[in-house]
Amino acid sequence: MEALIQFLGENLQMIYVLVLAILLGTEVISKVPTVLHTPLMSGANAISGVVVIGAIILMRQADSGNYPVLILGFCGIALAMTNVVGGYAVTHRMLDMFKRKKKD
Amino acid sequence: MVITIVDSLYLIAIILFIVGLKRLSSPDTARDGNLIAAFGMGFAIVVTLLYPMEGNGNNYIWIAGGLLMGSLVGLIAAKRVVMTAMPEMVSLFNGLGGASTMLITIVEFYNYPDDQSLLNGQMITTDFALFVGCISFTGSLIAFGKLQGFLRDSWVLPFPKFVNMVLLIAIVGLSIFLLNLPSLDFNYVLLLLVLSLIYGITFVTPIGGGDMPVVISLLNSFTGLGAALAGLIYSNQVMLVGGILVGASGTILTILMCQAMNRSLFNVLIGGFTSTSLAVGGSREEVVKEASLADLAIQLKYSKKVYIVPGYGLAVAQAQHLCSELDNLLEAEGVTVKYAIHPVAGRMPGHMNVLLAEANVPYPKLIDLEDANKDFPSTDVVLVIGANDVVNPAAKEDPSSPIYGMPILDVELAKSIVILKRSMNPGYAGIQNQLFFGERSRMLFGDAKSSLQKLVDEVGNA
Repeated sequence: MEALIQFLGENLQMIYVLVLAILLGTEVISKVPTVLHTPLMSGANAISGVVVIGAIILMRQADSGNYPVLILGFCGIALAMTNVVGGYAVTHRMLDMFKRKKKD
Repeated sequence: MVITIVDSLYLIAIILFIVGLKRLSSPDTARDGNLIAAFGMGFAIVVTLLYPMEGNGNNYIWIAGGLLMGSLVGLIAAKRVVMTAMPEMVSLFNGLGGASTMLITIVEFYNYPDDQSLLNGQMITTDFALFVGCISFTGSLIAFGKLQGFLRDSWVLPFPKFVNMVLLIAIVGLSIFLLNLPSLDFNYVLLLLVLSLIYGITFVTPIGGGDMPVVISLLNSFTGLGAALAGLIYSNQVMLVGGILVGASGTILTILMCQAMNRSLFNVLIGGFTSTSLAVGGSREEVVKEASLADLAIQLKYSKKVYIVPGYGLAVAQAQHLCSELDNLLEAEGVTVKYAIHPVAGRMPGHMNVLLAEANVPYPKLIDLEDANKDFPSTDVVLVIGANDVVNPAAKEDPSSPIYGMPILDVELAKSIVILKRSMNPGYAGIQNQLFFGERSRMLFGDAKSSLQKLVDEVGNA
């Protein structure tokens, strides 16, 4: 319990950010037309690959000879990056179809 | 000083994410929105690469390798995937994000000093992030398998509710035990990893394939939550805000979809669509009428208003282009052709919209549930293509039906209904559809693509 309170105290700023981000997230995304559900889901999915940042930090902090960590971190970066790049590319492809249609 | 500047650069990335998402939620700005969010991500990655850090190996070569490999695989996969397989692809990408969270937390445990107590906020967060990452990893893989069709709904473990409950209790118990150990024992971390991975499988397996849109959306929000937790571990604001934005959007989409099916999330998650043999009305002697192509072609040409109700069958058969071809032929004859889109038609929210957009069907022709239902009484012909549960009147009439209460498209109000269907097999929910036996209903059996091709030829000739 004490540890938890200490953690809260040390990370109060992060917790503020967290709570405000939740409110902002719900506000930004509500009232989306059905047509955009799939692209939005896919775009949001790409953003969830932001965990790649964590993988990079982890790799930069690792010792150059620590192979288990390097290998796991490498996989972490590659997987998250697939999520990011694939997610944005797929979303772009979907949205492209909307554009082409509008010109006609 | 430098750190403050770099940290404020992260703020720019966060703003780009928010603006990107905001723009993604409106049709006119969606394309920019996606690019802005992508740019934000690239920016955040560059900032992280340049972030001043002390006492480290940097390992830039490994990092570059990982970034390059992931980018290549992602790009190729995204280029190659066919439009109909989008839901699977998104699910798979999502699983990879979850797997990354999982790997990071394993390393965090692995790096933890041997002689320290684990009872601190950092490790509690890590433990939770490990669990969330694992669920979104294996859960997404199962959802992928179900959508691809190589995992069947009938393959369910015995007593899924009981198994899930026991697993969950075991995971919570093990976590508490692990965190209260005087020093870290990595074997317990591995046990926790295995149990969490299994839980992801058993959590999604009992849920019917028809509910996968809801599940993917939910798992997407889990991946976001995992990224946000990882952000807490590293005190990194971009990860925190990015993850939470995804978590919030995933949750909202999940709720929207549940509302569209008139079911609670809880009902979806415990696998509401366990098909009861009771609901199958096959025992009664009922006959369906088959439509003849030539008659149908002529009837269509002389109609004033025709509605097309697309479903997952259309996506599977990849028949969206033929659909649009038929549409053009009929429009040339002066027939008004519209599409009635049920919110949960297909395997993903807005699945049908994307498919039809690919086939160049103009957006204003896609009519949503409420407006379409008002329009059906004055419609001459409704073509139901590969849809089943979303037009099943049992949702209104039969309280014992598993889909009872779900809003449906009231196609039976139209003057004539033609159902294109492969066979008399019930739909994903596994329930018989009385619509097929209706007085004004006729069936056109066969694969949606070949049936539509024949119909297009026939309309062209007639």
